[in-house]
Amino acid sequence: MEITAIYYLVPALIMFCCGVYGFITRKNMIAMLISLELMLNAVDINFVVFNRFFYPEQMEGMFFTLFAIAIAAAETALAIAIIINIFRAAKNIDVRSLNEMKF
Amino acid sequence: MDIIIPILILAIPLFMFIFLGLCGMKMSYKLAGTLGTLGMGTVLVLSYLTAFTYFFSGAPEFINAAGERLQYLVFDQTWLAFTEKLVIKLGFLLDPISAMMLVVITTISFMVHLYSMGYMRDHHGVYERGFQRFYAFLSLFTFSMLGLVVAPNIFQMYIFWELVGASSYLLIGFYYTKPSAVSASKKAFIVTRFADLGFLIGILTLSYYTGTFNFTELTSIPVEGMTNVFQVSGNTAEGVRSIFANSAAPVFMGGSVLTWALVLIFMGGMGKSAMMPLHIWLPDAMEGPTPVSALIHAATMVVAGVYLVARLFPLYLMEETSLVIITVVGALTALYAAMVACVQIDIKRVLAFSTISQIAFMMVSLGVARPEFHHGLGYMASMFHLFTHAMFKALLFLGAGALIHAVGSNDYTAMHGLRKHMPITHITFLIGCLAIAGIIPFAGFFSKDEILSSCNEYSWVAYLWMSLVAGMTAFYMFRLYYLIFWWKEHKVHEGHHAPHDQAWTMTLPLVLLAAISCVAGFIPFGNFVTWNGHAYDFMAHFNWSVATVSLVVALVGIGLATVMYRKENELPAKFRRALPTLWTWCYKRFYWDELYIFITHKIIFNCISRPLAWFDRHIIDGTMDAFATLTNKASEAIKPLQSGQIQMYVWYYLIGALAIGAIAVACLI
Repeated sequence: MEITAIYYLVPALIMFCCGVYGFITRKNMIAMLISLELMLNAVDINFVVFNRFFYPEQMEGMFFTLFAIAIAAAETALAIAIIINIFRAAKNIDVRSLNEMKF
Repeated sequence: MDIIIPILILAIPLFMFIFLGLCGMKMSYKLAGTLGTLGMGTVLVLSYLTAFTYFFSGAPEFINAAGERLQYLVFDQTWLAFTEKLVIKLGFLLDPISAMMLVVITTISFMVHLYSMGYMRDHHGVYERGFQRFYAFLSLFTFSMLGLVVAPNIFQMYIFWELVGASSYLLIGFYYTKPSAVSASKKAFIVTRFADLGFLIGILTLSYYTGTFNFTELTSIPVEGMTNVFQVSGNTAEGVRSIFANSAAPVFMGGSVLTWALVLIFMGGMGKSAMMPLHIWLPDAMEGPTPVSALIHAATMVVAGVYLVARLFPLYLMEETSLVIITVVGALTALYAAMVACVQIDIKRVLAFSTISQIAFMMVSLGVARPEFHHGLGYMASMFHLFTHAMFKALLFLGAGALIHAVGSNDYTAMHGLRKHMPITHITFLIGCLAIAGIIPFAGFFSKDEILSSCNEYSWVAYLWMSLVAGMTAFYMFRLYYLIFWWKEHKVHEGHHAPHDQAWTMTLPLVLLAAISCVAGFIPFGNFVTWNGHAYDFMAHFNWSVATVSLVVALVGIGLATVMYRKENELPAKFRRALPTLWTWCYKRFYWDELYIFITHKIIFNCISRPLAWFDRHIIDGTMDAFATLTNKASEAIKPLQSGQIQMYVWYYLIGALAIGAIAVACLI
């Protein structure tokens, strides 16, 4: 059995949909953050797969993924900091309580 | 001729207006008044200098070898160049009538400036509120009037025409806390604006066909070998008429386009010069301070209509119809105003109606002027009467102002028998009355006599009509004189001061104007002002029979007034009882005001204004309101979309993105 691109892309799609579902349904901000990471990683897999299977002589997809991972790490740190600050102010991290910006 | 002096003549009053208007409140009353008067004095000197140079220097640009006076364009600056043809210029035209008007305006204006220093304060010497504003407006008026008379094109004239209207509005409404003054100022402005609508249409019609605004092109021809020098000529007007005749100009309601243009321009003159039926604003304009009445509503602004017709006189000569209209309107107005003046109680009203009547004299005189009759005798007579009338009518108004100031009321019933209390005012007022009645040797005799001679040569109807009005003039002026100064002893109420002659600032102008009224008749006016500049010695053609008749008529009028009003008696009351209808109609000014109120309130307001207001409020405003309400409702409805819940936003985004994606896929497939 030959492993083709579709074997990678389908799990990546499932991962992405799980991320979207989690982002929309979970009310805990940490859980939302995790869902976000899930979507990001699904996209990273796509990059690597497209690079590996369709343009094997080039390396841009790999590099891009490495950049994305680094930036995701920084972004997570930032998001955690924000969530901690929100917790200090609101005494919880439930996203439903953060509705100051409504009409 | 030097360009500096003409520019200064216009610039000084304008500067005084801006300066007093902006800084007046910061300075003392006395300083503001003195500055205004000094500024006006300077303009007076400069104008006299200009007029003197024009009339007596004999320079080739002012008078040619044949002794004919020329028009000299001192400067003519392009102001707005819309297209190659439509160019509006501002300039300074010096010719016999503008030079004469410079003298008239600055003389009266200076007298009024001086007089107001005394008039605009009460018996304790306290100046009236807004004294500086008053002087600023006087300067604005003088500037506008000077700009009007020196205008070398009809458009500049129109601009300054509106400016004098605006300054008249400001000055009539000077006592803006008084409702009657406010409504009088509005009335004056609206009525003259209505007339100016006709004026504007006339200007546009005339210039559309002739392609020019310039008087120098409409009525005169350039003099060979000199720049900026023109000579008034009937030939140009003939050319203008042929332009109209050759163009495919339609005939409108039985009149040619040129006739209509000229009549519409005359309508502007009717509004400013208070000819019937547009006269209704002038009697009400007496609500303004009396010096303003003297300056604007007796001597200068109200003769602007006469000046306008005189300015375009060669064109009017081309259209017999327009001259006949001028004559008829003038004659009717003269008689009407004289009849009304015979019964009024308010002394300023009497003077106002006498002004209307005298301006109508000038109009009639222009209407009957023909070049065949002694080089257009009527034109000269009209300008002569304008000159003398300005002097003696300003004198009468300023005298009336002194009386009102002394007595504190406008009604002659509060005056009676003042001759012993106010001797200077009495003598000067008497001179004014004699001048306007036309008694030799006072100014009015000569000018009115010229007008009557001119009417005599035109038609015996006009002559008899105007002689009758002249007799009535003598009657109502002396009725006023006797009722103020004689009738019965003046009663001084206890605790009040007896009336007395006013401060020197008020009596000096009276004395000066009285002196001018005594001698102005001897000016050989024909040498200076004729319609085509051709000098004309009117004394050589003096018609002694007309002079005798007019003198007799005037004496009859005075005699009648003497019998009826010298001593308190029952005669006036008897006349009143004998002719109650006529008396009431005259007293109510023939119900013109009521007619106007009926037309405006009952017909125009109800049939035009109210439907229009309804349309405006319900249809136009309604449409806009509907848009606003719709927007408001829509935003209310979609407001909950912005919930502040970030996950809702993600939902919207996701659904939107999927929808767009689905559409894109559907399109691709």
